[in-house]
Amino acid sequence: MTVADLATFQDEALVYADALYGAALRMTRDRADAEDLLQETFLKAFRAYGRFEAGTNLRAWLFRILTNTYISTYRKRQRSPLETDLDEVEDLYLYRRLAASGLNRSAEDAALERLTAPEVLEALDELPEQFRIAVILSDVEQFSYKEIAEITGVPIGTVMSRIHRGRKALQRALAPYATEQGLVDAPSA
Amino acid sequence: MAGHDSCADGGASGVNCDEALSTLYTYLDGELTVEVRATIAAHLDRCRYCDDAAHFEAELRVVIADCARARVPAPLLERIRAVLAEEARSA
Repeated sequence: MTVADLATFQDEALVYADALYGAALRMTRDRADAEDLLQETFLKAFRAYGRFEAGTNLRAWLFRILTNTYISTYRKRQRSPLETDLDEVEDLYLYRRLAASGLNRSAEDAALERLTAPEVLEALDELPEQFRIAVILSDVEQFSYKEIAEITGVPIGTVMSRIHRGRKALQRALAPYATEQGLVDAPSA
Repeated sequence: MAGHDSCADGGASGVNCDEALSTLYTYLDGELTVEVRATIAAHLDRCRYCDDAAHFEAELRVVIADCARARVPAPLLERIRAVLAEEARSA
């Protein structure tokens, strides 16, 4: 890569820095690690930029490098709940709990508005790693199942399963925060 | 199941509430075929409970995305630009 390539790369790739940094924070759950991960991602991407096919999906390509770099270098020992535990959780867990209490749509929206960023981020950070990455790529970055399959290197069916189970786990974790005492029964699980 | 007694569709759209709710994520993800998507949409039009569920899930996703968004600290971005410039010079 030359100085001329540098200008092109910076124009094309650095616009994704915020999104990549947000994902890096959720992957590493550590600010210093996220900063190092982002820097390493851009350096690797720049070195490989000559092999990037112009006109293909640069954003997905950068997220693939980010994810691979995280997995190979920054992945930590899991401190997450057992994944099998999630099989017991209902689909649409949070909505069902609110609806069962007879809340109307505006009360349900109010319950969502009660959620604070620290609560949501803590719930995200406690997801098992594979589910966490899948949820970030789908719900935050809006990648398609196919793109997430390419980014994470797993089949589409596995991607769908991880997103689905990640959302269930997230909803269960958020339930205590979204509910008001007396309005909705505290979750038993 | 809670809320289903309010369903005015009753499967007329081609799916019942359980089927619609089990497809809801894929529906919101925009990953259904045109035909299945239209069927689910028809059900949501007639079923308050399932339509509320779709609305709630979509809103929840917005909340999560808003919370997870971040901005790169300016010093980090400067550091990255410097590292890339150094790499370009040494290459």
